[in-house]
Amino acid sequence: MFQDRKQIILSFFFLVCTIYALRLFYLQVIDDTYHTIGSTGALKKEVQIPLRGQIYDRNGKLLVANVDVYDMYVTPYKVKQMDTTTFCRLFNITRSYFDSTMTIAKSYSRNRSTLFLRQLSKEDYARVADAMVSFPGFTFELSFFRTYPARTMANALGYIGEISKKSYEAQEVEYYRSGDYIGITGLEKQYEMELRGRRGVKFTMMNVHGENKGSYSDGEYDTLAVIGKNLFTTVDVEVQQLSDSLFQGKTGCVVAIEPRTGEILAMGSYPYYDPNMLSGKQFSKYFKELYRNPDKPLNDRVATGFFRPGSTFKLVQSLVGLQLGSITPETFFVCGNAPVKCHGHPSGDLHNAVRFSCNPYFYQVFKKTMSATPESNPFKAAPIMLSKWHEMVEKFGYGLKLGIDLPSESSGLLPNVKYYDKRYGSQQWKFSNIYSLSIGEGEISVNMLKMANLAATIANRGYWVTPHLVRGIGQNGKGVLPEHRQVHRTDIETRHFEAIIGGMQDAVEHGTVGGGAGIVEGIAICGKTGTSQNKKGKDNSIFIAFAPRYNPKIAIAVMVQNAGFGGSVAAPIATLMIEKYLKRKIERTAIKERMLNLSIRTVEAMAAGSAAKPIPVLIPESTSKTAPVVPSKPKKEAEKSIKTTFVKPKVEKFNKTK
Amino acid sequence: MARDIDIREGIDWTTVWLYAALVFFGWLNIYAAVYNPESPIAIFSTSHNAGKQLLFISSTFVLILIILFVDYKVYDSFAYIFYGFIILLLLATIFLATEIKGSRSWIKLGSTFSLQPAEFSKIFTALALSRYLSTQGVNITKVRDAIVAGLLVFVPPIIIILQKETGSALTFAAFIAVFYREGLPGIYPALGIALAILFVLVLFFNKFYVVAGLAVACGLFWYVFLKRYERTRQNLIRLGGVFVIASAFVFGVKFFTTNVLQPHQQKRIQVLVNPDSDPLGAGWNVTQSRVAISSGGIIGKGYLQGTQTKFDFVPEQSTDFIFCTVGEEWGFIGSVIVILIFAALLNRIINLAEKQRSKFSRIYGYCVASILFFHLLVNIGMTIGLMPVIGIPLPFLSYGGSSLWSFTILLFIFLKLDAHRSYKV
Repeated sequence: MFQDRKQIILSFFFLVCTIYALRLFYLQVIDDTYHTIGSTGALKKEVQIPLRGQIYDRNGKLLVANVDVYDMYVTPYKVKQMDTTTFCRLFNITRSYFDSTMTIAKSYSRNRSTLFLRQLSKEDYARVADAMVSFPGFTFELSFFRTYPARTMANALGYIGEISKKSYEAQEVEYYRSGDYIGITGLEKQYEMELRGRRGVKFTMMNVHGENKGSYSDGEYDTLAVIGKNLFTTVDVEVQQLSDSLFQGKTGCVVAIEPRTGEILAMGSYPYYDPNMLSGKQFSKYFKELYRNPDKPLNDRVATGFFRPGSTFKLVQSLVGLQLGSITPETFFVCGNAPVKCHGHPSGDLHNAVRFSCNPYFYQVFKKTMSATPESNPFKAAPIMLSKWHEMVEKFGYGLKLGIDLPSESSGLLPNVKYYDKRYGSQQWKFSNIYSLSIGEGEISVNMLKMANLAATIANRGYWVTPHLVRGIGQNGKGVLPEHRQVHRTDIETRHFEAIIGGMQDAVEHGTVGGGAGIVEGIAICGKTGTSQNKKGKDNSIFIAFAPRYNPKIAIAVMVQNAGFGGSVAAPIATLMIEKYLKRKIERTAIKERMLNLSIRTVEAMAAGSAAKPIPVLIPESTSKTAPVVPSKPKKEAEKSIKTTFVKPKVEKFNKTK
Repeated sequence: MARDIDIREGIDWTTVWLYAALVFFGWLNIYAAVYNPESPIAIFSTSHNAGKQLLFISSTFVLILIILFVDYKVYDSFAYIFYGFIILLLLATIFLATEIKGSRSWIKLGSTFSLQPAEFSKIFTALALSRYLSTQGVNITKVRDAIVAGLLVFVPPIIIILQKETGSALTFAAFIAVFYREGLPGIYPALGIALAILFVLVLFFNKFYVVAGLAVACGLFWYVFLKRYERTRQNLIRLGGVFVIASAFVFGVKFFTTNVLQPHQQKRIQVLVNPDSDPLGAGWNVTQSRVAISSGGIIGKGYLQGTQTKFDFVPEQSTDFIFCTVGEEWGFIGSVIVILIFAALLNRIINLAEKQRSKFSRIYGYCVASILFFHLLVNIGMTIGLMPVIGIPLPFLSYGGSSLWSFTILLFIFLKLDAHRSYKV
């Protein structure tokens, strides 16, 4: 009887087992909410932030260091009835700040800690430590901020700051948490990966009451924090600091390169400001001020600026002309007879033209170059030759990014056939439309890095090495990226260089650099002045040079905004720096004094009038007793520890272990 | 007739091995549940549940030997006497018991061990029921016999409810499968399941939607499933009756859950529907056990590597929620293997039961399978969030002497009977 019911009963049993297995499949295989370690609340994830790597100059002098500071956190439910007035006075904060931060902290979580005050100095910490007994619920955590002992190279070094919401959300592998520091500009950004080190993670088991129950799985999933690697820059801080002082009261930029290696010896963008201004608690105080300054100190003029190369470009014109055979060193052109003006000087050969920066001469050179083809129709000849010219000039790095290890670099503009076709129409232009290029004016634009690179290329007699700022990662001289050793050859044969180099030496010694302001005893400096037209006011003073003439050690480019003729201001500054670098001392004190005391206001600053406040000078005291910087929004502790959704009432799960 | 057959040959070793696998695996997991990585404890120490469980396991060998060597006819002959004894013990417990967690179901034996008679009452109820249903002339389809059989099954849980052990009392519902096998019309279990489904629907959906759904179902039934000639006035009245009763049930459930059930019981049902409604209170167990099982993933975190099932995140870790440990440390693979072993065991018992020549043995076999299944259904169901939290153990795996002993006795009496299946009583 009813034997068939066995099957029904068994089927029902199996059906339930199948449903349960499917449910388990869903929970354990498909639904991955709780699959990652620490996503469940029984494990507390502690993140250990390593010290950021420090930055040194080429001789091991410290440029960027870390200072220990303390961040104060508050856990609202632990806060007892307290003397708020005393507390506010102790930390030099206002009552309204106290109230508003407390409200935010409470609304976030009563049981978890929220950032209350950022970056208390060690001294401040020591001062308040005893008093904290009467303020339960406030805890301190060791942190750090950047300090710049050499007080230089603000723009190239860059600064660090809290990660922006955009970059936080854009990260592919989740590493940064909201509120974490990250390199924002300069080398800090470029070498973020090396500098930041590797964050350590420690999983601690928590019981249901939030008590620490030891490390999870014997630390199998823990990672040790690895301290960030130190960066050794190519910069010579003494030359750099000289440049900083020479540029007092001036706007412009300087970059010096070791020609053989492409190592940048100095790199300054002025007006000068102390990088410490943008560190830690100073940041919000000074950033706005710097940002609003009409001279735009925050803009890196070296790698991202746009200038006309002016007369310095005549060197490129000569070299291309020589290589293409449109001129020889002996070619003679009369100074005059051209739509470009000149200043009184004897006519002569190429050497003479470089020495006196003869505009008509180079007008003729470019004219010859543009017609060095059997094609007689100038409308057809110009495009043919311009594309040839473009190809050769581009090899100097014009119109391209040189590949410096900074986050942003402008490629500038080197007009090509397409450019003029678009502007005038195909075969609608000829040499007379583009002759401004002959003297580095017109449609061409470069940054100072390219100008220094030109000096380095001439110094090397035909090649350049990617300019770079870092010569060692972790260890001085080691770990340089291969792309920074790359040699770029131009199409110019070595033999063509001596003709213009001689002219450059003469230009410094008794040519465009007037009054012997460029002569350094015992060093043959080869240079070229430039006076780049500035639409808004007085011309920009430009000077590029390298020295010594044989076996050059330094190539340099200097630009002083609105300082007029290139020989007057830029050349003395450049030669002083060369002197400093090669002789390690300055013997030409009179010239140095003159440059130190020279103040040139830019057109922009004059336009801003009295609104243009001078950039403040930081008093050399990193641990000032001013109020700690109030964070714009309290950093939430939640992002520091993995969130738990379920907390038993009145049980603190995330008591800080420190 | 040689009655003293060699028990080693007669016993069904497949079942024994399945049993042993579950008990051993259970013990491993109990150790994992009490294991504290901070201060590892000796696995044999009786200061914690795993050590005690080992004692219980050792003692079951004695029990098994006793069961196997007692004359198999004793279980049949003394069934009513055992039943009477356990009823008295259950009643006595109400008065003798010390209150543990609000229930008065534990009798203290000495200072260390306590016994829960409710756990054992299932065995004796199963024996008595088998005895009654196998009695010549008793037929479950007869109203009188059905009432007697029903009373046998109903009395113990009522006393157990008086002890405030609602969970254990519920397990007696398992016997409906036995009744069904012995001829209870299919409509009753079907009705039971239908009502259970309705009950769940009412929990999850608005009662008016459920009634509307019922109306649609009845309409479909009338026009699609009934042939034209079946659509008589009489059948229409019947269908209408079904609809009215079902609708009344729907409203009844709502009334029952909001007015009759205790607040804590209401919450247990509420968190089944939505664990987040009370994550720190009634939903705590449900949520934590789900988190634990989920976090195991496919292959689990590894033995003793669990984090959720230690440090008291899941209460009753080694007893009612032992399956969480399995889920967390052994993952999907381990959990499914446990379910498969249970399925194999159930399958084996039922097939053995069908082979019995004695009606008593067959019915008893079904009792064993049904009781085991019901525990499995409720216990695993609650840990994976498909059943409300009802505190009953997972057979053989959960920590606890009473539960291990009672399930062992339950199973081995059947194995003893089975060893003698060639002899019809």
